Amino acid sequence: MIPAAFDYVRAESAEEAISLIGQHGDEAKFIAGGHSLLPMMKLRLAQPSVLIDIGRLSDLSYIRDGGDHIAIGAMTRHMDVETSDLLEQHVPLLAHAAGHVGDPQVRHRGTIGGSIAHADPASDLPATTLALGATYIAQGPNGTREIAASDFYQTFFESALNADEVLTEIRVPKMNGAGWSFQKFNRRAQDWAIVGVAAWRNGDQAGVGLVNMGATPVLATSVAAAIAGGASVAEAAEQAAADADPQADLNASVEYRQHLARVLTRRALETASA
Amino acid sequence: MTMTDAPTATSVIGQRLLRKEDPVLLTGEAVFANDMKVPGALHMAVLRSPYASATIVSIDTSAAAAMPGVRAVYTGADLAEQWAAPMPCAWAVTEDMLNPPHHPIAIDAVHYVGDGVAVVLADSDAIAHDAIEAIDVEYDSREPIIDLDDALSDRVLVHPDLGTNSSYTWNLLIEETDGAVQKAFDEAAYTVSERYVQQRLIPMAMEPRAVVSIPQPFGGDLTLYTSTQIPHVLKVMIAVTLGVPEHQLRVIAPAVGGGFGSKLDVYAEELLCVALSRKHGVPVRWNETRSENTVATIQGRGQIQHMELAADADGKLTAMRVRLTADMGAYMQLITPGIPLLGAFLYAGVYDLPKAYDFSCTGVFTNLTPTDAYRGAGRPEATYAIERAMDALAAVVGLDPLEFRRRNFIRKEQFPYEACTGLTYDSGDHDAAATIAADMIDYAGVRARQAEQNVDGATKRLGLGVSTYFEMCGLAPSRVLASLNYSAGGWEAATVRILPTSKVQVVTGTSPHGQGHETSWSMIVADKLGIDPADVDVLHSDTTIAPLGMDTYGSRSLPVGGVAVGMACDKVIDKAKQIAAHQMEANVDDLEFTGGVFRVAGSPDKEMPLAAIAFEAFTAHNLPDGLEPNLEAQVTYDPPNFSWPFGTHMCLVEVDIETGAIEVLQYVAVDDCGNQVNPMIVEGQVHGGVVQGLAQALFEGADHDADGNLRTSTLADYLVPAASDVPSITTGRSVTPSPTNPLGVKGVGEAGTIGAAPAVMNAIVDALSGLGVHDVSMPASPNTVWNAIHAAQSTTSPNGGPQ
Ligand SMILES: Cc1cc2nc3c(=O)[nH]c(=O)nc-3n(C[C@H](O)[C@H](O)[C@H](O)COP(=O)(O)OP(=O)(O)OC[C@H]3O[C@@H](n4cnc5c(N)ncnc54)[C@H](O)[C@@H]3O)c2cc1C
Repeated sequence: MIPAAFDYVRAESAEEAISLIGQHGDEAKFIAGGHSLLPMMKLRLAQPSVLIDIGRLSDLSYIRDGGDHIAIGAMTRHMDVETSDLLEQHVPLLAHAAGHVGDPQVRHRGTIGGSIAHADPASDLPATTLALGATYIAQGPNGTREIAASDFYQTFFESALNADEVLTEIRVPKMNGAGWSFQKFNRRAQDWAIVGVAAWRNGDQAGVGLVNMGATPVLATSVAAAIAGGASVAEAAEQAAADADPQADLNASVEYRQHLARVLTRRALETASA
Repeated sequence: MTMTDAPTATSVIGQRLLRKEDPVLLTGEAVFANDMKVPGALHMAVLRSPYASATIVSIDTSAAAAMPGVRAVYTGADLAEQWAAPMPCAWAVTEDMLNPPHHPIAIDAVHYVGDGVAVVLADSDAIAHDAIEAIDVEYDSREPIIDLDDALSDRVLVHPDLGTNSSYTWNLLIEETDGAVQKAFDEAAYTVSERYVQQRLIPMAMEPRAVVSIPQPFGGDLTLYTSTQIPHVLKVMIAVTLGVPEHQLRVIAPAVGGGFGSKLDVYAEELLCVALSRKHGVPVRWNETRSENTVATIQGRGQIQHMELAADADGKLTAMRVRLTADMGAYMQLITPGIPLLGAFLYAGVYDLPKAYDFSCTGVFTNLTPTDAYRGAGRPEATYAIERAMDALAAVVGLDPLEFRRRNFIRKEQFPYEACTGLTYDSGDHDAAATIAADMIDYAGVRARQAEQNVDGATKRLGLGVSTYFEMCGLAPSRVLASLNYSAGGWEAATVRILPTSKVQVVTGTSPHGQGHETSWSMIVADKLGIDPADVDVLHSDTTIAPLGMDTYGSRSLPVGGVAVGMACDKVIDKAKQIAAHQMEANVDDLEFTGGVFRVAGSPDKEMPLAAIAFEAFTAHNLPDGLEPNLEAQVTYDPPNFSWPFGTHMCLVEVDIETGAIEVLQYVAVDDCGNQVNPMIVEGQVHGGVVQGLAQALFEGADHDADGNLRTSTLADYLVPAASDVPSITTGRSVTPSPTNPLGVKGVGEAGTIGAAPAVMNAIVDALSGLGVHDVSMPASPNTVWNAIHAAQSTTSPNGGPQ
């Protein structure tokens, strides 16, 4: 529980962060809220020799109305996402999901950008932004690019983000009054989800994102397709595990995870359809 | 002193005084061992085995030794000469118990993941941790034994030299006439045979262990600061294992952040720090990390229990058979083998069992962290088995579980009750406690709600669980402990000293680490002497200041140590009375002492306050002939019996049968610990205890993979519940004073833990009984509950009713 030795530099801007990571190469890592990275360092599962602190890039902490979407700066803390009036009005599912991340301490330190860049399939916000059809903005030495959430997640803790890119913004389409529900199933309030379901529905359109149901956050496209095809909620929910490839762990067997995904999806869609 | 309630009595006893010890804890000023600033100390880190069973082929320490800031690196072989004796086990439960030598650091083989193989001394903790990573050990690993039944088969041996994994088998057969148990089973109208598993638990005290050993520059004296429950016992054991003259050792337990039995031990790191600080002539300190704590500190429980009950046609118990397999882990720690036997006398619970009791326990080695005492130690296991089995038997007999219990309770008029085991339960009123609990939870109302809610097709099912318990605590009396082969006594010492200005010092041999002894002992003294509790200072946990003591565990501190404090007060009052009589020229027998003042009966104008006598005793100008100056008395109290608290707990749960999720809707704990010195502290103990028992039922379990690696080695994986995960607990009480001691008190430190796990599990099984579920194993995770429902459904009729 004592990390290996490392150097520390603080970046004052996204550009500086990119150039610093360019200088230090593979051995360097960005640190935002530190709430995923530091635990791994303490267990010596990660041993970066340089930490580039982007935690103070206050120009990346914002929530703005972008017309058809809400733009959220990568350094925005979970607590600010949870309590944002703008999100409450236009993307209530995301605000609500952010309120389920860890405990208040975690929500005051952890950032939405860190959560997404970390690409942990068990985290709440990757699956939620995926269900909402978000776009992520990455800035690298050669400029800025947009990555669709559905193209972003590759496998456990790996994303389309290059090592020398900073995630700067998350763009989430407005929900336009769609019904929604976030079902997080865990044993203790502060824990990661054993299975989580983020769902919205607007008539025959629906989006369902699954937390902790495989190596990446999962977009349950079969469920959305079934709803679009006129299936009942109960019928559609039967497809919830169809696009997932969950693993067993201390909390759940594969079969139980699949079962939970179906039950929670049904409950989420019932709420979202009400 | 601030009070949270209006006083309920004129006496200090029974008031809800806020705890004296809390301000320093709440403001962060309390000094824990790892907070101590010790200039020049070397930091120790321990390299631990990644294998559960392996021979050490070679260890290359050269790279670590060459690192800047590293002062020394030692292997087990390097230190073999340091140990005058192996690590102590104070409880050889049978004459032929097998106990392999256990050294603070492995010499040629490792037997569990976490066994120490090398130590580094360095200028900082961080350097020491970096350096252990640079040590290169070559292991020849062998197949480990993890599973208890597998271990019993001796297929693979933990300690090949022993020739078996079974360390001992301890039997207790009580029969009125030979064959009485079998006869009762043969003639029984109803029987049940149940198997329960007590999973291993990690005690997870909030403060991991920490040790600072400081040798004096001259003369050989040494002071050891350590996060322990047992400074006194530890001092003796260090003297024995290291050959250090005992009078040159001082052991201090500074602020200690919880123990729950896990710090009732003599640990390798304590011996290593003492040995290495003596060898190097400088202080050596060690601080356990959280993950290290999960493997290097003892774990609790770890038993397989077979329970057989027989009852006659009226549903009265007629016989009981108990077979235990107890997981010792890789070695015997201080009282490892005795833990299951602490429960041996309690399997009959609160019930009137005839002399037809057959108990047997086999202690078995596995390649896992050693087990030892964990809150309740043996008694929660016993209570769990009998209370679960009583529910099973009630179902067979066809009676409501509470009604079934009432038929079997030892009745109030039977006390003092000589149990079939030969122990005497000094007092009890189980019907009363059960009735209070039933009223608090509205037993009949809940049963009605349940009938309404738990219909076919219902997703959420209500379950009501009952558990009753008797606890044998106060670990004492010495003679009984001797008959169990326990190698220490159960007495406790106290000194009460009235200073010249009439402030009072109490020296206690108990070693509080969260229990609030400073407050409770002050209240006892204040009540006896008629003074303000704020004028009492309680000194403890330092073997030089409090040289006599048997420390704190087994809910013993109040019924043994607190009683000793009260008795020392009486002795001081007796002495003061002689001085008062002398100075007032009255007969000692005519003196009364109330409210801190001596008065002569029949002469209202003649009185002398204790404060005045304190000063007289100090100046010694005018004392009765032959009386020594000063007001001080010492008592060592060895109680004639254990302490027998009891109670009834009830728990209401709702189970979501689609997901297996459990919500505890209501928890009622009625505990009878005799007279309550401070009801707020009692409630605090009950709350914490209930949460720990509920944690065993629902959340916690040390999970090891087939290679013996702990998979729950962080607080993200080992699910200690937080405030948001447990229900609000409603406490109630009955008060049946103990006739055994003058304060009428009983222990309460473990009661909550003992009552809770069976109450919760009985509630879960009750909720699911309509689906054919007969048992759910602990911890009842949602997945486990879901599996149990599925298993039952695949063998029951389609309408969900049991076949
Ligand atoms: C006790 C606890 C409980 C938790 N419970 C939950 C939970 O229930 N649900 C949940 O979803 N999460 C949970 N978390 C994780 C929490 O949400 C983290 O804060 C989040 O996952 C990571 O955000 P961070 O800002 O702390 O990232 P960091 O830890 O600082 O970084 C994580 C990784 O992302 C990289 N990174 C960070 N920011 C950027 C960026 N802008 N561009 C590129 N790379 C970047 C870092 O280099 C690092 O590799 C919990 C954490 C803790 C400690």
